[in-house]
Amino acid sequence: MRHSCMLLLCWQSDISGAPNTPGLSQYDIYNLVICCSQARIFNETPINPRRCLHILTKIIYLLNQGEHFGTTEATEAFFAMTRLFQSNDQTLRRMCYLTIKEMANISEDVIIVTSSLTKDMTGKEDVYRGPAIRALCRITDTTMLQAIERYMKQAIVDKVPSVSSSALVSSLHMVRMSYDVVKRWVNEAQEAASSDNIMVQYHALGLLYHLRKNDRLAVSKMLNKFTKSGLKSPFAYCMLIRIASRLLEETEGGHDSPLFDFIESCLRNKHEMVVYEAASAIVHMPNCTARELAPAVSVLQLFCSSPKAALRYAAVRTLNKVAMKHPSAVTACNLDLENLITDSNRSIATLAITTLLKTGSESSVDRLMKQISSFVSEISDEFKVVVVQAISALCQKYPRKHSVMMNFLSNMLRDDGGFEYKRAIVDCIISIIEENPESKETGLAHLCEFIEDCEHTVLATKILHLLGREGPRTPSPSKYIRFIFNRVVLESEAVRAAAVSALAKFGAQNDDLLPSVLVLMQRCMMDSDDEVRDRATFYMNVLQQKQKALNAAYIFNGLSVSVPGLEKSLHQYTLEPSEKPFDMKTVPLATTTVSEQKTELAPVASSKLPEKLAPSRQDIYQEQLAAIPEFQGLGPLFKSSEPVQLTEAETEYVVRCIKHTFASHMVFQFDCTNTLNDQLLQKVVVQMEPSEAYEIVQYVPAASLPYSQPGSCYSLVRLPEDDPTAVSCTFSCTMKYLVRDCDPNTGEPDDDGYDDEYVLEDLEVTVADHIQKVLKPNFAAAWEEVGDEFEKEETFALASVRTLEEAVNNIVSFLGMQPCERSDKVPENKNSHILFLAGKALRLFVWASCNIVICVMP
Amino acid sequence: AEVSCTFATDFEPSLYTVKAVLILDNDGNRLLSKYYDTELYPSIKEQKNFEKSVFNKSHKADNEIAFLEGLTIVYKSSVDLFFYVVGSAQENELMLMMVLNCLFDTLSQILRKNVEKRYLLDNLDGVYLVVDEIIDGGIILESDPQQVIQKVNYRTVSEPAYGFVLFDYITGNTEGQGDKSQNV
Repeated sequence: MRHSCMLLLCWQSDISGAPNTPGLSQYDIYNLVICCSQARIFNETPINPRRCLHILTKIIYLLNQGEHFGTTEATEAFFAMTRLFQSNDQTLRRMCYLTIKEMANISEDVIIVTSSLTKDMTGKEDVYRGPAIRALCRITDTTMLQAIERYMKQAIVDKVPSVSSSALVSSLHMVRMSYDVVKRWVNEAQEAASSDNIMVQYHALGLLYHLRKNDRLAVSKMLNKFTKSGLKSPFAYCMLIRIASRLLEETEGGHDSPLFDFIESCLRNKHEMVVYEAASAIVHMPNCTARELAPAVSVLQLFCSSPKAALRYAAVRTLNKVAMKHPSAVTACNLDLENLITDSNRSIATLAITTLLKTGSESSVDRLMKQISSFVSEISDEFKVVVVQAISALCQKYPRKHSVMMNFLSNMLRDDGGFEYKRAIVDCIISIIEENPESKETGLAHLCEFIEDCEHTVLATKILHLLGREGPRTPSPSKYIRFIFNRVVLESEAVRAAAVSALAKFGAQNDDLLPSVLVLMQRCMMDSDDEVRDRATFYMNVLQQKQKALNAAYIFNGLSVSVPGLEKSLHQYTLEPSEKPFDMKTVPLATTTVSEQKTELAPVASSKLPEKLAPSRQDIYQEQLAAIPEFQGLGPLFKSSEPVQLTEAETEYVVRCIKHTFASHMVFQFDCTNTLNDQLLQKVVVQMEPSEAYEIVQYVPAASLPYSQPGSCYSLVRLPEDDPTAVSCTFSCTMKYLVRDCDPNTGEPDDDGYDDEYVLEDLEVTVADHIQKVLKPNFAAAWEEVGDEFEKEETFALASVRTLEEAVNNIVSFLGMQPCERSDKVPENKNSHILFLAGKALRLFVWASCNIVICVMP
Repeated sequence: AEVSCTFATDFEPSLYTVKAVLILDNDGNRLLSKYYDTELYPSIKEQKNFEKSVFNKSHKADNEIAFLEGLTIVYKSSVDLFFYVVGSAQENELMLMMVLNCLFDTLSQILRKNVEKRYLLDNLDGVYLVVDEIIDGGIILESDPQQVIQKVNYRTVSEPAYGFVLFDYITGNTEGQGDKSQNV
């Protein structure tokens, strides 16, 4: 009710010199209840159109302001309103239609106006007919629709454009509710599509497409017809372009298709709207070459200098999109974009600058960054995220510019902004730190400053974790302690707990800081929160032992098990009460790699769905295999390989194998597909002949393999026990099965069958199948923990390898171990590199530090 | 007979172009707002929050176009009024602009170039009818101002009668019907 009062006060102030006008104190004239009671005026004879109009306007106004309307009052007012159909005042009648539409959901029995509306719809007054159709369709349901179907069909092809358009648009609204009825009007819609009126054309096209969109052939025919005959409506052209580009995408049509030619021809349309639609469609097509993009880019370039802000915005936004994939295609527009960076519309300026950052040279970076910082506070968060994304991309392109960027980012961190924006900045700074070791200290300092006043728990804990990992290894770790301990004093439980964990890492790594950390830890043991106290007590006790092995195992490198796996194991444990303590070793290890862990920067208009912790691929296999009785008692699944193809593509049978490694067995899972439609395969097994001392224990056949339905058979193999080093083995494989010929059409098989076999390619078991990747954030600590007596040093010649990168990739894939500390990234122009790898073999952890040196052979 | 708007989630070709139309005054108060995509901001509270943030972003500079909360918004202001047309991020900006221009030009003619809050409120019924003729459930019904004016055929409340009209409102006076005889 507050809004109504406000409105009235505005009115009051408008009438100058009448402060004490009697009646103005009646604030509640804009109250709905009063309004409804005023609806009794509707019953006066003769009808006073002006007063009735005021009341209808008031009702619509108040509904629009969000006033609540009781069903009884609404229904009463609605019934009173129906009497106004007796008046022939045009505006009053039109307001009745609007009231019907507005009240359709609040009043009861709105269908009583059906006959009045039907009369207006088919009457002589053209001004009533269109609006009456739209009001009628708003209150009609599927059963009533059949009753007015005849009128609807006539209206669609009516020669008065507003009638035809109203009928077409209303039909489209009703497609969802009564598809089967509206579908019958397709011929009428077809006729309307050839109307001379541009809006009728557009609405008919929209309805036709909606009725046919699931029939690709019909859509294709329709496109063919309209692109040839040509349409007058620019709206209809835009619609055709959208339909054509969608069809191209669905059919994966090449750019030599007539549909593509049509879209390209629209670049020469006389309406800017159509030209822009076509350019945008081409830019959004996947796999467009720079040559195909060129004409679209050049029309967008022209739009950049348009006096219309919306057109400049549209053009630069689309060019920005092009620049993400094809920066070189946009360089021709650099001059036009330069002119836009001072545009008074900040959205346009931001898009222009971020596009230039993608296409421009390294020398222009400083200037552009300066330009952005002059107005970054004026743009919306969405665009700030765009700026951060551009900076992030730039840092990867020009690593030398990181100090400029870092400075800029730290200023942005200080500004106001929402969570998404702040997260984008923090992620960007973290990735700069990781890519450029020399920027680490400045970056950490900026982040420290940020958490001093950070309202986002997620970001604070993330930064504290990073400080714990990176801080102790910087030249002066002591300066971070203050920032971390401040969090313990000031923040919420989650942040305090993260701060305690970070502190522990400093104490474990820096002996001179240990006494002070222990003092701080002691204080944390008094914390009011359980989790914080528990962590402090735990770390306190570990740290006091002063043992490197303990520190490495419990402070630096925490749990490396997979979280869904741990959840499942614990659940299993609680289901079967036992005297034995829970064994952590039975839990499968996490298989995430560093690259997957890196969070992608959220795109503009990102969905706000919470991220779910999806079970990993291995967790799924574990579950599938556990369901097969033959594989009970094999213990936890240690590792599953990537699928290996054992047949060529497009052969009669397609077979691929996944190798599952268990403690003392291996299970080979053969996924087979029968591509012959005249055969049914039964009792399918893959027979294996090992080259080494592996023992075949059992085959689990696939019972039947009908045409094109994949099925799996399994082989269970025991690993050689006496010689654990003999891990590599080659198996020759043959698929054996019973064939029953069948009718290709019905799939009905013959009664009799015959045995047959099919030779597959050899299957290799390698070192990598016995080693699992393990993520160790602190490699040095883990390496120290092992000690010298277990170290073995060897030298290998990698004869066929040419570059360091190639060597790194080969070693990683051969050993199947996890590269640590981003050591798989080889710096440029070096001729030696050290690669750190971590992995877990069946019974022990393995660390490898590979010093790769390129030697030029004489 | 619920009309559910079928705004496609991905960019499926469709006639549903306009997600919302707003007319706000210079304090950001709602004078008229129509949300055609029922899933966009289902409650009045969410709608008013959106209107507030749109207004805060747009009332200082007349920039014509903005991108906010994942939506493209084209806008225009006149004296103490702000007009907005809202579409999805993928929508053709020029199409939204056509709608905005049509709305503005039609109202400008109906209000005889007095595009101001008091004239707009005096002729609110005409404004409702104009919006209804331009957009139907999110579909662009007409984009030519002359056509809209012809279809609405609205008689403006003439300026001198303004004070009396309001007075009539309040006192419930039934006299003075001749005020509105002037045709456009």
